[in-house]
Amino acid sequence: MTCLPGPGGKKLGLVIDLDTCVGCQACVTACKEWNTGGHMAPLTDIDPYGGHVDGVWFNRVHSYEHITEMGGRTVNFPRSCLHCETPACVTVCPTGASYKRASDGIVLVDEDKCIGCKLCSWACPYGAREFDTDVGVMKKCTLCVDRIYNDNLDEGDRVPACVAACPTSARHFGDLGDSQSPVSQLVAERGGVDLMPELGYRPTNKYLPPRAHTQRAASVAAPALEPVRAEGGFLGWVDRMLSS
Amino acid sequence: MTQGPPRGANSAPSQRPLADTRAPDESDGVDTSPSVFDRIAKTTCYMCACRCGIDVHVKDGKIRYINGNKDHPVNRGVICGKGSSGIMQHYSPARLKKPLLRSGPRGSGEFREIEWEEAFSIATERLSDIRRTDPKKLAFFTGRDQSQSLTGWWASQFGTPNFAAHGGFCSVNMAAGGLYTIGGSFWEFGEPDWDNTKYFMLFGVAEDHDSNPIKIGLGKLKARGAKVVSINPCRTGYNAIADDWIGIRPGTDGLFVFALIHELLKAGRIDLDYLLRYTNAHVLVIQEPGAADDGLFLRGGDGDPLAWDRVAERPVSATDADAKPALTGSYDVDGRRCVPVFRLIADRYLDESCAPDAVAERCGIPAGTIRRIAAELAHIAFEQTIELPVAWTDWAGRRHETIKGRPVSMHAMRGISAHSNGFHTCRAIHLLQVLLGTVDVPGGFRFKPPYPKSAPPGPKPAGRDTKPMTPLDGMPLGFVCGPDDLLVDGAGTPLRIDKAYSWDSPLAAHGLMHTVIRNAWAGDPYKIDTLMMYMSNMAWNSSMNTVETMAMLTDHDEAGNYRIPFIIYSDAYYSETVPFADLVLPDTTYLERHDCISLLDRPISHADGPGDAIRHPVVEPDRDVRPFQSALIELGARLGLPGFVDGDGSAKYSDYADYIVNHERTPGIGPLAGWRGKDGTSIGKGEVNPDQLQRYVDNGGFWHHDFADDQRYYKMANRSYLDFALQMGFIPKAEPIVFQLYSEPLQRFRLAARGHGRVQPPESERQRIETYMDPLPFWYMPLEEASVDLEKYPLHALTQRPMHMYHSWGSQNAWLRQITSQNRLFVHHRTGAGLGLADDDWVWIESINGKVKGQIKLVDGVNESTVWTWNAIGKRRGSWGLKDDAAESNRGFLLNHIIGDQTSADASGKRYSNSDPVTGQAAWFDLRVRIAKCAVEETGFTEPQFERFQQPPHFEPSPDKLTFGAGFRQAREATE
Repeated sequence: MTCLPGPGGKKLGLVIDLDTCVGCQACVTACKEWNTGGHMAPLTDIDPYGGHVDGVWFNRVHSYEHITEMGGRTVNFPRSCLHCETPACVTVCPTGASYKRASDGIVLVDEDKCIGCKLCSWACPYGAREFDTDVGVMKKCTLCVDRIYNDNLDEGDRVPACVAACPTSARHFGDLGDSQSPVSQLVAERGGVDLMPELGYRPTNKYLPPRAHTQRAASVAAPALEPVRAEGGFLGWVDRMLSS
Repeated sequence: MTQGPPRGANSAPSQRPLADTRAPDESDGVDTSPSVFDRIAKTTCYMCACRCGIDVHVKDGKIRYINGNKDHPVNRGVICGKGSSGIMQHYSPARLKKPLLRSGPRGSGEFREIEWEEAFSIATERLSDIRRTDPKKLAFFTGRDQSQSLTGWWASQFGTPNFAAHGGFCSVNMAAGGLYTIGGSFWEFGEPDWDNTKYFMLFGVAEDHDSNPIKIGLGKLKARGAKVVSINPCRTGYNAIADDWIGIRPGTDGLFVFALIHELLKAGRIDLDYLLRYTNAHVLVIQEPGAADDGLFLRGGDGDPLAWDRVAERPVSATDADAKPALTGSYDVDGRRCVPVFRLIADRYLDESCAPDAVAERCGIPAGTIRRIAAELAHIAFEQTIELPVAWTDWAGRRHETIKGRPVSMHAMRGISAHSNGFHTCRAIHLLQVLLGTVDVPGGFRFKPPYPKSAPPGPKPAGRDTKPMTPLDGMPLGFVCGPDDLLVDGAGTPLRIDKAYSWDSPLAAHGLMHTVIRNAWAGDPYKIDTLMMYMSNMAWNSSMNTVETMAMLTDHDEAGNYRIPFIIYSDAYYSETVPFADLVLPDTTYLERHDCISLLDRPISHADGPGDAIRHPVVEPDRDVRPFQSALIELGARLGLPGFVDGDGSAKYSDYADYIVNHERTPGIGPLAGWRGKDGTSIGKGEVNPDQLQRYVDNGGFWHHDFADDQRYYKMANRSYLDFALQMGFIPKAEPIVFQLYSEPLQRFRLAARGHGRVQPPESERQRIETYMDPLPFWYMPLEEASVDLEKYPLHALTQRPMHMYHSWGSQNAWLRQITSQNRLFVHHRTGAGLGLADDDWVWIESINGKVKGQIKLVDGVNESTVWTWNAIGKRRGSWGLKDDAAESNRGFLLNHIIGDQTSADASGKRYSNSDPVTGQAAWFDLRVRIAKCAVEETGFTEPQFERFQQPPHFEPSPDKLTFGAGFRQAREATE
């Protein structure tokens, strides 16, 4: 069993806008690219050119269809570690390899301590853990811990790779422990939600729901069109307009 | 490191770094500041046609990672799924290593490696003979080329008219539909005013052209709460986030648009002032059936079109800014009856056949929905107008204190384009935009310079007279304005191998690459000697009727010779087309080369200013490969082509980089517009600047000029913009560009069909020309749909590329294939239930052209009469470095196998190319199919299957494991 740190101030995480995500996979490959050379390098791909290809990815996008009373909609759903406040993947870890940082809330794996028992991946209900069979170690999203504080990058680039890449601006990053932070305000404004809150793991990452078929959907209150009432019909109307 | 104001598209407060980016005190020993690059090269992506700026981070001599360039006008820092996978493309095991000469039967993949010298000698000898005897026997088709200003010019200097890139099977309906109507186009030549639009309609767009700009724009609309309406049979990607998804039946968009126009006209919700100022709505059309000029514009002595001044009650020049032109009525001018264009428009679209109730069933859209959308368009356009506080002056010198806009914008692409009625449908959408007054206004659709140009742009296609050792008198591709400009002989026979600019496809502005293999095989209209191609997978996913296409490539004549005698192909990868070549010129990856994204070709401008860009080598090739453009320049010099040699016969350019800097198309105008002139201070026109490439490199790989505020809108009639465009060489005269709602060039073809004019169609073509060359947009049933038994083939079948592979000809790489390696056929669950199909069933998909087998997925988000699949996922065994058990060649399939490359035979037995009869655009989306469950023993694998290609010499088997990035970590940890 691994202990969680006491309640801290900072809760760094992502806010993902399901109303804006088009499922383009930009965040998926940007994540793969950064991280395959990053803190948990490599993100091994087994049989990369064959019929049983299986790679390590920290972030995946799934597309679902959701049928509501008002009609069906397609939802593109990016899935990665939610950096929960009370993550079972940490408490279940027998070696202390899986841990939550006290300073910023990022959940990481210490590869030197990981024995590859996979208890954490069984414990995580969000499917956010990725086992690297080549080295027998569990890997996962680091929230780009080697980017967000990296002195070697331009200050403006110190955000997770997925946030920097996202072409539709559907991904946001910040301190969700600070109710005044821009991400917290965005969550409040857009009715952001936890995934499966009933499980009690208190995810840090939030999802902004799709607006189609909801009251948030953009709508135009346009009166129905009426045929022009003019002598000579439409052409008469044109003449009248031109003469006026 | 520097700290400045936030840059790039993702710079909202919720997307910025932490206020304090110092690493917190944490005792876990994580290195939060690893060194991640030794140098950053800023160049241009080539994972698709979008041309984004990229920052390539190089560490220990290897590419560590690639991210978007925040200062770049195209992508402003974002990068797509393809762009980040560029590393895997660059290090692909399928990269060709050395020139190859065929040593086994064509199509087998048996090659021997040769030196470049031998490759050049073989090509030079063969092409010299052709040039000395009959230059048109070289057909040079360059596929997904982004260097057409070079390759087209090369063909022209060689003297062959048989040149085009892949536009004919891609998007020429959009290009021609736009350029003949508004002098610009959707495509990547224009963009919605993302910052101001309030209502955005997206027709038939998957990922397509301008992919990152559209995604950035959609993000802006979502953030602002603007309404997004998508018209698309498939609810994927952009369509998934629309506020309103209209799951239209394929090929009926024109009817839908006419119904919107009908409603708007009937309600008087159109912008009459805009029509009078910027279009030919008021121009008088001669109404004299039987006359040689019936349906043409009434013109004055100086050739200018005339309008009727309703106050002065006499004809006046249509460009008379002080006139009061009539839009209605019928006028007698010197005994000739004339009506304004607008009258013809009103008559046609007010007809009840265009009413929502008349089209609803065919479109699969309730009439009430059509009426609602029409009302919303009208409401936004006329009740929510916007006004920018910027004064501007129009072409006639009239000063306007503000810039007024109607914030309705539209974008349309492949779903419109890839039908045989796409040209007219595209024109219909432009007509709708113009009636609403939304083209190049705040909140509307905006031109990207060098557009707008005159509608259509000036140059005509060259190639009427081809002579040995003689360049063409112009560029092979251009814009015809009537039958006199066609490339046909006296008997009406096409002069080009692809039959572009013939009666079969008169407005074929991009050529017809999809007809070349069949025509060359059949010797119709004549036999060729050498087919030279670049970067297009014509033996697989870029051809219709793939099985027969491969057979034509390998077919022999009676004497035992290949019917297409010689094939030269250049590609960077071992694609499915390489094994069909006799001589293979191996290209570099996009990180190993110079390139030029030119205003002479397809620039990276945006609506607020022109731009262009370069690629430059980030790393040196580790193989014996050369950039195709440099190889082509060397071949040009060896052949002694004018323009490629100096007076003494020596090579004029050492390579592509040398050409980019030193070539001048006309004095002062070269491939790049930035930093011209000896001191680098000129833009557009100026002397050659030997330092130009370095200036681009120093600026991040691109050049961009930002317009003054008064130049940004109404470019078709904005004096300040037009003067600038003239100075830059975009347009020949600073005259207003008039939107051609009624297209006189089309009417000239109709008159020829009626027996008028010098150049006459063969008798057998008259009816077809009469029907399709309508000067106003009209709708007709897509040709395949009109010719097959719809009860037998009840379903439409479509393809689209997934976003992470769109336009990515080299998308076959280790990362992207993990996202999609088997394509399913998506079937509406009610349609599936009706056919007794369950999820995951294997089915035969059958058209009149054949059948292919695949696995289905039942979905809700598709038009019920439509099935669709991801395109180009299926790969042939032995290609792309894939192993034999790869899903791509066992369970993935190509729908191309069952898309015919020809129409059904007409009454006379003639089969046309399966294309739009106006432009020759390949009609991929006309396909009709039926599906049926496979027998149990047939499940689990796709058919047809093909023989495995042999591997080229020195190709290592692809690795069983990839640990890319492990090396960076090892090096990092070693230094700790």
